[in-house]
Formats: sequence, structure tokens, C-alpha cells
Amino acid sequence: MAGVHVTTTINNDPVEYVCPADESLMDVLRDRLGLMGVKEGCGTGDCGACSITLDGQLVCSCLVLGAEVEGRAITTIEGMADGQKLHPLQEQFINNAALQCGICTPGFLIAAKALLDENPDPTETEIRYALAGNLCRCTGYDKIVKAVQAAAKDLRK
Amino acid sequence: MNDPKYTGQEFKVIGSRVKRPDGIDKVTGRARYGADMNAPGQLVALMLRSPHAHARIKKIDISKAEKLPGVKAVITAADLPDLTDGNAGLFDTLENSMARDRALYDGHAVAGVAAIDKSTAKKALKLIKVTYEKLPHVTDVDEALEDNAPIIQPRYATEGQHGNLINKGEFGQGDIDQGFAEADVIVERSYKTGQTHQGYIEPHACLASVSPDGTGELWVTTQGHYSYRSTCAQLLGMDIAKLKVTSSEIGGGFGGKTHVWMEPIALALSRKANRPVKMVMSREEVFKASGPTCSTSMEIKIGAKKDGTIVAARAECRYMNGAFPGMWGTLGGMTAFACYSIPNNKAIGVNVLCNRPKVAAYRAPSAPMMAFGVESTIDQLSKELGMDPVELRLKNVAREGTQAPYGPVWGPIGIEPTLEAVRDHPHMKAKLGKNQGRGVACGFWFNIGGQTCSDLNIGSDGTVNLTVGTIDVGGARASLAMIAAEELGITYDDVKVNIGDTSSLGHNDTTEGSRGTFSSGMATIFAARKAVEVLKERAAKMWQIPVESVIWEGGSARATGQEHSNLPPLTLKDIAKKAGSTGGPIAGHHEATVEGAGVSFASHIVDVEVDPETGKTQILRYTVVQDAGKAIHPDYVEGQFQGAAAQGIGWALNEEYIYGKDGRLQNAGFLDYRMPVCSDLPSIDTKILEIPNPGHPYGIRGVGETSIVPPLGAIGNAVSNAVGVRMYQVPMSPPRILQALDEATV
Repeated sequence: MAGVHVTTTINNDPVEYVCPADESLMDVLRDRLGLMGVKEGCGTGDCGACSITLDGQLVCSCLVLGAEVEGRAITTIEGMADGQKLHPLQEQFINNAALQCGICTPGFLIAAKALLDENPDPTETEIRYALAGNLCRCTGYDKIVKAVQAAAKDLRK
Repeated sequence: MNDPKYTGQEFKVIGSRVKRPDGIDKVTGRARYGADMNAPGQLVALMLRSPHAHARIKKIDISKAEKLPGVKAVITAADLPDLTDGNAGLFDTLENSMARDRALYDGHAVAGVAAIDKSTAKKALKLIKVTYEKLPHVTDVDEALEDNAPIIQPRYATEGQHGNLINKGEFGQGDIDQGFAEADVIVERSYKTGQTHQGYIEPHACLASVSPDGTGELWVTTQGHYSYRSTCAQLLGMDIAKLKVTSSEIGGGFGGKTHVWMEPIALALSRKANRPVKMVMSREEVFKASGPTCSTSMEIKIGAKKDGTIVAARAECRYMNGAFPGMWGTLGGMTAFACYSIPNNKAIGVNVLCNRPKVAAYRAPSAPMMAFGVESTIDQLSKELGMDPVELRLKNVAREGTQAPYGPVWGPIGIEPTLEAVRDHPHMKAKLGKNQGRGVACGFWFNIGGQTCSDLNIGSDGTVNLTVGTIDVGGARASLAMIAAEELGITYDDVKVNIGDTSSLGHNDTTEGSRGTFSSGMATIFAARKAVEVLKERAAKMWQIPVESVIWEGGSARATGQEHSNLPPLTLKDIAKKAGSTGGPIAGHHEATVEGAGVSFASHIVDVEVDPETGKTQILRYTVVQDAGKAIHPDYVEGQFQGAAAQGIGWALNEEYIYGKDGRLQNAGFLDYRMPVCSDLPSIDTKILEIPNPGHPYGIRGVGETSIVPPLGAIGNAVSNAVGVRMYQVPMSPPRILQALDEATV
């Protein structure tokens, strides 16, 4: 299959790659660009572990083709911290013990950031519904919700 | 509980809520899991799997696949000679990793391919031609024991019993016939539970590299890299010492990563191709071809006196083991009545084969099903007796001195305190509305020790490397660093814990049975105490006094006796700095088959609301009370309680393998196998009790598993109290609840 040439922006950096037309963006990010913070849990859009934002919108990168992001702006977990300074969500996930195995954590952080960017003061119910596209099997979600609440408070300061 | 023998220990680090050492890596995407490692020149491997539940493999033609450009190796069972030397369990593992004469379940591997990329490997799979002869199949545990059922594994069939019945584990005491004769009230019911999957978010993944000189390396997501090493080495005829297995970060296991699945095939492909091979299961493959838990079918009978004294209990539960035998029924039989003191009891766990994947452990394996039956029956008994269900449980509760149904006499145990905490919890007094109900249930699980070794090395600046051989599934590195810091009298930040690969430490058993932090914690305590002995010797040398005059206190060596009163204490850092001139590196090592594991009990409260229109059950409120012995890091103890309860809730309400009449799995994906999401659950409240385990210096018990045991029964009891129908089958999915409501109104 002939490759498709793509020029795009990832975590504010200009990026170019060539990928087969049927390759998912998740595979491009992981296997071609080494952005392995994007996790594969299912490959069918059901677990949210590969969550990224595309022009600010939360998507599962396994459901996007690498070939269709020409000229778009992508954010992955690798772009969340500002140099050495962790994002308040990252800080609060650690402070609140909101991760155990950690495989779902990047996806949760991306989804939580997408929520707080739109709604800086969400209710617990709003948080639970905003994160319903991300599966976590370790925590029972309790500490994740608390971490998002704490980070939202930090960000409002 | 207030016995000074067990309580009153003062801790500096244990019990605090420090930040986990792997936190930053995991929130920045830097942590490396099974699929996150690559090697120069690596190939991509894929597996061809049987589309049939049961079929004879008449022929496999790989010639076209082998000729496809870019394909570097194709293997079938013909490439995997039987090197198991009569070891039946090992042969099962070999046959499960690649079908030999027959495919035994939908998804059973029949061939593996390694190619230069994924698309080439996919094309190659299509070029492999397998000629199957379909055979009759059976996927239901009760149907598997019918007279005309196909025999799954003739090599395990025993004369005089059904060919799919492997064995029975029987436990108990007293004379149950006499016990039931004495009973005023007897409740006898049948129950079924569906097959569930651990549902770890990270699929099985590995990177295998085998060299023609017989050495090899395996990077893999696993709960037990030593066990993976020995299994793979034996199956492939390699020397154990020459296969180095490194455990990646593990993206959840819950028992499902205690056994090898496709790893021997990845190694065999690498050996044949003489290239590194990366193999990652798809989610569909994880559901079809890893190791879910048993489905079950059971009868429970419990009899009591009018005053609520339970005088007899009997349980018989058939555990569907999949296509290969396990010990699942046996474990279930041991756990059935462990929460109670019943003079006459018998529990029988039966192991049965079916055309489903080989069952693996799933968090307190076999206990949740049996507890569903027992706790539902006890609740019905309480109604017949007109007694409060918590009081009925307390009246018959097991205590220190009670003999467990499987033999041992209990030491100090936590079931009574957890029930008392439930009885007194504000949750029990909260008001309920229409179609809402509350349920309570108890659970028991073991804790094991096993082979463990740890290495503790003190650096020249006084910071400490602790190397352990048990996998960190849920935050163990934090807990182990805390233990080392506690023993040495240094800060948590001065300890760096490393999970060693198989070439850096001796054998360590798998992280299972809630043993990781318990066993490695024990090895860490004794390794640290040995290091302290060395530190004292070095201090004595530095002071030029006899070592007998040196004590270790608060992280420093102190000289005792009036003649040494002018010597200021030497800190660990002071001594470490001089190590080079006082005898070299300072270290402590400990290896043991760890004993002293304590058992663990939990009691749960749940409120539900059932929608009579749709049959959907919403969890309104949930409280977990569990005995932790001593909580090392309370955040992660709570996390274990909450995660286990959430898994139990999914099992109770939604999760189940659904097989068609064709014997094929119909819901091998997260969309159709629906695990709880964030909006399905309320906050899960936790209460940690600390009834110290006398077998551990700090009183620690394993905490990881027990809280998956009560939810099924607790939710069944709550549903019954909400809408007046008793559910005899798990999951209590909306269609089943609607059916029960319909039948109740007829």
C-alpha cells in the first residue's frame, strides 16, 4: 500500500510522517513517532486508553486514521507537563493515589483535561459522565474522581 | 483485639501516605508496559486461532504463508516437540499455547507467524490453510456432565465417573445429616454464576529474543517473571539460567497474568527466525484465549435452630475449568463456610471441563461464586427465622479458636469486627426510598507466603537500593520502600526499589494470593535487619570498640556503656560513607519460603435501586469494611478495597461470557462485555480495620483480593430487599431481573 505523507502538529511540535492509508493514528503515534504514552487497551474505541485531543477535541486515537490529521493539532500525554512542572491533574493523580497499575492513567488525564478546559467547576456527576469513556479496572474510580476535583480546585485558583 | 502482643507498635513511616515512586512516570506516559519495548530488527508476530469450539485438526498447510515475502517464521505444534517429560500440567500449558491434534475452544491458537510488519503477518495468516473436522462441543458446566456430553480431555477421564469431571475437593467437619436433623429451619437453593474476565486494560504483550547459542531474553507483562521463565525454558528445552525474563510495568493482572499464554510461541518464533519478535494480543484475543474465571452452578443448604444457631450447612459447587483442569473447585470448597462457625458442615468443589479457554486465577479465585450462594442463602434463612441478617451472621461468626472448615484453627481474625463495624456503620441507618434496598454480605480469602528473596544495598551516600523479585501490580514499590525505611530508620525518599529481572535474584514466586507486599515485605525486613548487623559491625570498627557495645536505634549506631558515653552516634549515612575503608559495600540479603501469612475477611454494605421498568440496577451507596492486619500505605489499601468491590459489582450486575449454540464467544470486546464505567458507580466508602497478623513482625495481612468476594451476595440481597425478588443467577442483568419481576407478579 502506498504511503500517505502527513504534516501535522503534535504537542506544539511540527511533525511529518508517512504511513499506510489504513494505519490508525494510535499506531502512528506509538510505533512511528515513539509516543508510547498513548496506550492500546482495545483498538475499538471502548476503553479510552489511547485518548488524545485533536484540535482540542477528545478522541480515541485508535478510531482516527493517521492519514486524516494533515494540518491538525494533536495533544498527547507527553505534552501535558510544562517542562519539569507537572499539570495540576498530574500532580493530583499522584497526591490522591488515583492510579494503581497506571495503564489507563494517560487516557484519564487527557479526558479530564478536556473536561476541565470546557467546564472548570464540574459536579461529581459531570466528572463521572465525562470520564465514562475511559475504563479503569484497578481503582473503582473513586480516587480518580477525587483527584479531578482537587485539580479543578487548583486550576480555579 | 487489644492483646498487647499484637498492638501498640509505634511506626514512623508505616501507615503514612507517601507519594508512590512510579507516579511521575505513569502520569507522564514514560512508564514502559509490555507493548512499549522495541528491539533492533524486531519482527511482529500474530497468531492464527481456531474458529471452532471443538475440532480435529486434520492438516495445516503453511507453505504459502512461508513463501510470502517478509515472512520470517511460521510455527505450528509440529515445531513444538513435547519436552514435558510426563509433567501433566506442563503439557497442558504446551497444548494450550498451541493446539496439537485438536482445537479445544474458540480462539485456541493453531499457528503463529512472525513477519517484518503487522500487515505482512496478517496476510500470512490468511495464507495458512487449516483443515478442521468439527467435533461436538459443550460450553455449559451442567451440560458438560450430562451423559451424552463430548469428552473434552480423554487423558483426564477416570473410570467410574463422568469423563469431564476431573476431581472433587471436599472439606468440612461434623455430621451434616445429624446436623440437618436437629435444624428447625432449613433453606436449600440452587445458584449459577457467569464466567467473567479479569478485564485488565493492558493486553498480554511481550518482546522475545532467542539467540542460536541457546540464550534468550523475554520482556513481558506478567505477575510472575520467574514462573514465566521456568515454564518457557522447560517447554522450549532451554536452560533456565540462560533465559532472562524482565517484567515490564504491568497494566493490571488480577490473576490473569500468572500463567504463560502466547509467550512460549513468541520465543519459538524468535528462535526460528533468529530475530527479536514482538507479540501483542488484541482485546478479542485476550477475551478468547487468555484465562477468564470459572462459571459455576451450585446447591447450598443451610439449617438453623429457631434461635438462629446454624447447626448444619452443605455446599456443592461445580466449577467450569475450561479445556484444562485446575484447582478452582477445591479452592471454592475451602472458602465456602470460612466466615462462620458451624458444627456440621461440608463443602464440595467440583472441577469440570468444557470447551472454553483454560481458566486462570481471578482475584480471590473461586470464592466470590461460592459466597454468592452462601450469603444469599443465609439472607433467606434470616428472613425465615425473622432475624436481622447481620445479627444472624454475628451469632454464627468464626472467631479466634474456631476450626476453619479446611482444617486450621483460626488465630486472631477479623470477621467479627468487620460485621460489628457494619452493624454500627451510619450507612446501615440511612433512609431508603421506593425500589431501593440494602444488602450485606461477608467474604473470606487466604493469603500466602512462598519463595521470596530480596537484596538491600546501601550506597556510599547512605541511600538504599532494594531489589525485589515480586511484581508491583498496585503500588508495592511504595510499600516496600516504606518498610525498608522503617527498619533502617531512614526516610522513605532515601530508598529506591527496583523489581529485579530473573538474572539478578534467586527464584521468587508469582505475585498472587495477596503475597507480593506480604512476602517481599517480610524478606525486606530481614534483609534490612541483616544490613543493620553489618552497620553495627562497621560502627564498632570506626569506634574501635567491641560490636557487643553497639546498638541500633532510630537510624543510628549508638555506643553503650559508660566508657563509651563520649562517642556521638553514627548515622547510617556516616557509616556508609566510610564503608570502603571498613570492609566494603554494606548489604543485606534474605531468602526464605515465607510463612506466617494471615487470612483476611471483609463485610460489605450496598444500597441499590432497581428500575422495575427496565430491570436496571443502580448502585447508590457502597461501604467496604476489611481487616488489613496493618495498613502500610492506607491510600493503596483503600484502593485495593475499592477496586475489588468495583470488580465484584461488575460481576454481579453485567459481566458475563456469552457463548452461542455454535460454541463461539459472542461478546469478546469491551463494548459487549461491559465492565463498570465511572458513571455506573458511586464513591466507594472504605473502613480499614487492623487486627494484626501474629505471623508478621508488623501484623500485615495481604489485602488485595478479599473484597471481590462479598459484592455478588451483597447485591443479590439488596435487590431482594428492593423489589422482592430473589436472584439465583449472576450477573443480575436487566433481562434477568425483569424476568424475575414478571414471574413474581404472575
